Formats: sequence, structure tokens, C-alpha cells
Amino acid sequence: MAIAKPTEATRVAKTGWLGRLSDQLWRSPRLLLVLLLLPPIAWLGIVYLGSLFALLIQSFFSIDEFSGLINYKFTLKTYGELFIPANFDIIVRTASMAAIVTLAAIAIAFPIAFFAARYAKGRWKAIFYLGVMLPLWSSYLVKVYAWKLILAKEGILNWGLETLHLSWLLDAWLSLSVIGGNSLSVSYTGTFLVFLYVWLPFMILPIQAALERVPGNYLEASSDLGARPMQTLRTIILPLALPGIIAGSIFTFSLTLGDYIIPQIIGSSRLFIGQAVYAHQGTAGNIPLAAAFSVVPVIIMGFYLWGAKRQGAFDAL
Amino acid sequence: MAIDQVNLDIQPGEFFAMLGPSGSGKTTCLRLIAGFEKPTFGSVHIFGERSDGVPPYRRNVNTVFQDYALFPHLSVLDNVAYGLMIAGEEKSTRSKAADEMLELVSLGGFGHRKPSQLSGGQRQRVALARALINKPKVLLLDEPLGALDLKLREEMQEELKLLQRRLGLTFVFVTHDQSEALSMADRVAVFNEGRVMQVDTPESIYKYPNSTFVANFVGASNIVPAEFVSALTGKACPASLRPEFIQIGYGDGYSATVADINFMGAARRVTVDLEECRLRVLLGVDQEAPRIGDQVKVSWAPENLHLMEQNSGNR
Repeated sequence: MAIAKPTEATRVAKTGWLGRLSDQLWRSPRLLLVLLLLPPIAWLGIVYLGSLFALLIQSFFSIDEFSGLINYKFTLKTYGELFIPANFDIIVRTASMAAIVTLAAIAIAFPIAFFAARYAKGRWKAIFYLGVMLPLWSSYLVKVYAWKLILAKEGILNWGLETLHLSWLLDAWLSLSVIGGNSLSVSYTGTFLVFLYVWLPFMILPIQAALERVPGNYLEASSDLGARPMQTLRTIILPLALPGIIAGSIFTFSLTLGDYIIPQIIGSSRLFIGQAVYAHQGTAGNIPLAAAFSVVPVIIMGFYLWGAKRQGAFDAL
Repeated sequence: MAIDQVNLDIQPGEFFAMLGPSGSGKTTCLRLIAGFEKPTFGSVHIFGERSDGVPPYRRNVNTVFQDYALFPHLSVLDNVAYGLMIAGEEKSTRSKAADEMLELVSLGGFGHRKPSQLSGGQRQRVALARALINKPKVLLLDEPLGALDLKLREEMQEELKLLQRRLGLTFVFVTHDQSEALSMADRVAVFNEGRVMQVDTPESIYKYPNSTFVANFVGASNIVPAEFVSALTGKACPASLRPEFIQIGYGDGYSATVADINFMGAARRVTVDLEECRLRVLLGVDQEAPRIGDQVKVSWAPENLHLMEQNSGNR
């Protein structure tokens, strides 16, 4: 079969000015890159970082105690207010909750992620993704209120424990100081459980992604060199999954630090940072203090990431 | 990934190659020895000890993996020292041993690097050092040279061979490259479709393949069809005739037409059509080459026609 030989070295453009435009962009890839990146960078720079910067500036102003007006003069007075006991308690309370929620999320998420990454295939993998993602598709408020019902004194959890004649166990737990309370729905334990439930997918998915990238033959090599499964877990799997764990903990930690709905609906009435921000910028009208409060999570996360990097958490990236 | 009726006896201190195309079961066999797979039937004995139910981490066998499987978060030194670290050796002891091991594979001074900073050949050596540091009784190598380019591969072949002789270890080597198996191994097992076709020294396998599969896979022999062999020798079985054992001339011999000529560097491969079959002939480049379409006579010494009487590869 004979193939017709092309007669011209270049194909004639038939597409008019659009064709000429794509030719031009092909010749200057830099221009194309700039055009493509400009909108998202403008969004990120102006809307996102810009508002964050505005927030930062606000936190350096102060409020006049008598008139309640904002005094637009640079001062660290508002930051100083964070350290009065009532405010500092809020910070400690929130940070401790965030830390405990994060640790618990790691402990629960890791085995699930490990199973999904190493053993789940085909249909099981689909079931895994559905199981993890499905709760994210429903409204967060609905889930929190559902938990309120579950944890309430008349709720299903109490009923279940009663049926099993285990109410004494719950009562013993609730009688503990700090973490206990009248019922689970008004205790820190309740707040913790709901935080844990709501943020868990954000821990599972990054760990699963990290474990997915660990080739099976690393584990075989480790076993081949004499490492028992627990040693392989400690020396190979955990270090390689660490970036995923850190990524997940950034989510759970910062989401807990900033949340103001869950502690308001479930838990004792003591404030968390989010609630404090909400209260100060709303009814109290103390924007500078609200801004200072919202800078706290940023600083805590900054220290956390810095520490993680120093510990070599990102070496395996 | 199934293997069937594989019965191998590997001698201590032997360089044993398992050769076969992909999917022939050679790697499965290696993984059975390492303990990564469990046999559904049959058993593996390592130095006389039945090893069923013995997990890989209790076997005195180490593996060099196909893509090396170096731990990316550890330095080269820590990779090599991994086995000793697991065994609970002191840091100073294991660093010293790992340094020596790196010297052995001529990578002294590379200990502080990360595996990602090494070339393919260097990673290969690190994998080797890491596998050797536990002083295994058997070293398993799964296509260890497969990812290297030709020149480096030839160098490493020689080095591996020297290393094996120096350490006196048993090496079990999996490869799909027949020239690699022939040049390195003391004995070769040829695998096909989950079965062992033939186990013998490289020379015997090359000269006396027992099946058309082996004849074809090892050194691409000519398979002379049974009818022609029957006319030549009176025995009705296929025969192997090595391309380099055939002469092309214009005097005595069987008439043939030259169908194709390929220049291969060290030799020319001439394809000739006989009335009965097509044969490939290797001619030295110093010999005068015929041209395509020439009428020639081909001949060979009768003893070079190797009969494959119990041919089992003709499936």
C-alpha cells in the first residue's frame, strides 16, 4: 500500500486567530505559564493571604476600655491580654484537646489506613473509600447534633450500656474530675469523641496515601534482613508513613484549634479558642483580641511544623 | 505464579542460576526459598532443615531484590547496617562492619549518602552489601542486574562471580538473560511455565538441550524438525543445531537459498532456507558473506546435530 508523501513541511493552520494564538503560546511557554498562574495566585495572594495579613494587623491594635472603640496604634497590649488566666486557660484547654484528639486519631487511623493501603483490593478498597468519605458528605451540623443525641443521658449509648448492665462503667468514668460530667454530652469526653469522629477522615486519608507509596518489597527486605513484623513497623513503616501522619495531624490539630461549633453543642460550657474568637468579634466587639486569639493557632501550628521538620519528619518526602 | 513439580537440589557453595522467561516460575521459586511465599504442596529444605513455617526473618538466607528495595529514609551506611541494627548490635560495631562491607563492594566513603543520591550500579552494590552483612548461608539474587545498562552489567557479572568465589557462599541467581546465566553460573536450571525443563552445567545445557524449549531459549538454536532428522539419522525426534556449528560453502552439503543477512558486530547471522526447514547460521565477520538470494550449500559435522529424544518442551 502506498502512503501519500506530504508535500509541505508545515501543515497549514485552518483555525484562524485561535490557531495563531496557540502557536504563539507554544513559542513562549513562559507567557502561557504566567497567564495560567495569574488568577489562582491573585486569589491566593489577595483574598487568602491578604485577609490573613489584615487579621495579623488587627491583633496589634487595642481596644479602649471605656469607649469600646478600637485604638489604631501599634501595641502588644492585646497579646498581653491573652496571658491573663481566663484567656490563657482557653488556650491551654484548646491546645490540650487538639493534641489529645490528634493522638487518638493517629492511633485509630493508622490501622485502618494500613489495612486499606496494604490489603484492600478492588471492591474492598471502594468500600473503604466510601466508609471514610461518606461521613464527609453529610452536614457537619447534622453529625454533631446526632452525636448530642447519642451521648445524651437518654441517648442510645446510655441505653446500650444499661442493657448490657455496664452503666456503672460509664458512671465511674463520668465521676472522674475534668474529663467527667453530668452526662457524656456535657463532658470533655463527649467533646473529644465528637472531635475525633468528625476529623478522623482527615487523618486516615493522608496516612493511607503515605502507606500506599511504601512498596511491598521494603517490608520483604526488612523481614529478609531479620526484622520481626513489629521491628519492621517501627524502623521502616512508621518513618515512611510519618509525612502522612504529620499531614493528617496538621488537619486534626488545626481543625480542632479553630472549631467553635462542637464545643458549643457538646461539652461543658467552658470556652475554646474558636468560641472566644466568636464571642470577642461578635457581642463584645473586641476585634483586636479576637484577632490575637486567632493568631494563636497559627503560632502553635508554626511551632509544631518547625519541630516536626527538626525531628526529620519530612526526610522521607 | 504457580510452580509445579519443581525438584531442585542446590549444592553448598554453588553459583546456581534459575533461568527462564517472565512468568516461568523462577522468581516464585526464589521467593519460596526466601520465605516470602508459602508452598501449598512440597517443601523447601535449607541445609537439610525443613523450612516450612519458618518466617523470612528467621531464615539464614538473604536476598538482593530486583529493584534493590533500599530504604529511602536511611543513609547508605544505615541501610547496610540494618541487619545488624535489628540483631541488636552496638552502633559502633555495626558502623564498622557496614564500612567494611561497603569497602568490599568498593563503595567506601559513600556511607553518609542517601540511596537516592546513588547511581543504579551503586545502589546494586549497596543492596549486595546489605544482604551480605548478616553472613547468610545462601544469597538469593532476583534479577539483580536487570536494571543496569549493558556495560555495567558485564562488569557486575564479573564482580559478582569473583565475590561468590571469595566468600564461598551459595548464590542462587534468577535471570531471564541466558548469556548472563551461562557466563556466571556453575549450574543452570531452565524454567518454563512453572516447570524445570533442565538442570545442568551451562556447557551441557548449551550443547545438549533436552527440549526444543531449552534449545530455543538458551542461545537460540536451530530446531531441526523430526522428519528431517529422521531422514538424516533414522531417529524421529527433533534436534538442536547451533548456528555457529553450520558452515556455508559452495561444495558439498545441502542446497539452500540465502533469505536474509543481519550484521551483528562480532558475527553475521545468515538465514538460509533449505527444502526441509529454515536454518540460522552464524558466520564470522572475517568470512566472506553470501548475498541475499544466493544458492549455497550448508553442512555440519554429524555430532553437532544434537537429538532431543525425550523432548518435553514441545507443547
